[in-house]
Amino acid sequence: MSEERGGGGRGRGGKGGDKDKDKNKDGPRRGGFFRRRRVCKFCAEKIDYINYKDVRLLAPFLPERGKIQPRRISGTCALHQRKLQTAIKRARQLALVPYVTD
Amino acid sequence: MSASRQYELVYLITPDASDQEVTDLHTQIEQIVQRFGSSNAVLEKTENWGRRKLAYEIGHHREATYVVETINSTSGDVMKEIDRRLRVTDQVIRHLVVRVDEEIRVADRTRDARKANQARRRVARGLPPEPAPGEKRGDQDSDDDRDGMEVQR
Repeated sequence: MSEERGGGGRGRGGKGGDKDKDKNKDGPRRGGFFRRRRVCKFCAEKIDYINYKDVRLLAPFLPERGKIQPRRISGTCALHQRKLQTAIKRARQLALVPYVTD
Repeated sequence: MSASRQYELVYLITPDASDQEVTDLHTQIEQIVQRFGSSNAVLEKTENWGRRKLAYEIGHHREATYVVETINSTSGDVMKEIDRRLRVTDQVIRHLVVRVDEEIRVADRTRDARKANQARRRVARGLPPEPAPGEKRGDQDSDDDRDGMEVQR
């Protein structure tokens, strides 16, 4: 199971964008610095059940706007992103986590 | 024979409600659960989170009292009735029922599979199946700083 991909990355500037996503998998980038290899938080910490009532667990995946952070940025694996998604949506219904913030 | 199901019920009560009203609501639910004793309905656990700020306004309210109840039953009829009752109760501004037994079972299964896998690989390397405490790098509880804050599932 391929749990995480190289490429993409946290804090990538606006330019360059998606074009070079699939190139330079996790080697040095054009700029000459390494991207930290992102690992799925839930795989790394062996969290099997993503609890929708645990706001502290969900909060890092909700940037300022309150949108769910994409996998491309957070590095979460597909399985856990899916579970995270349901957990966040449940938490939203209970007003534990916002739908939108502006 | 149908297997036991586990449900989680979370409801939000208006901040205007007194403590008495909160307990009344809880007893109401308890009574409904008791009425469904024929389907082995049991109220397993109740948790009152107290008053909490809402992430967004719900009908002019900025905060609410959160109550979490865990209910076991072999049929969904209890939850249907509770759901109906909570819908018509004005003090409850929001509620959510989630069936959790399947998810917990999946989580247990993945955990057991991982443990078994780990043991197998360790034996293959000629090590005892269980890692000694402090043997691995990430062995400390990584959420130590959150102790006492853990949410029950």
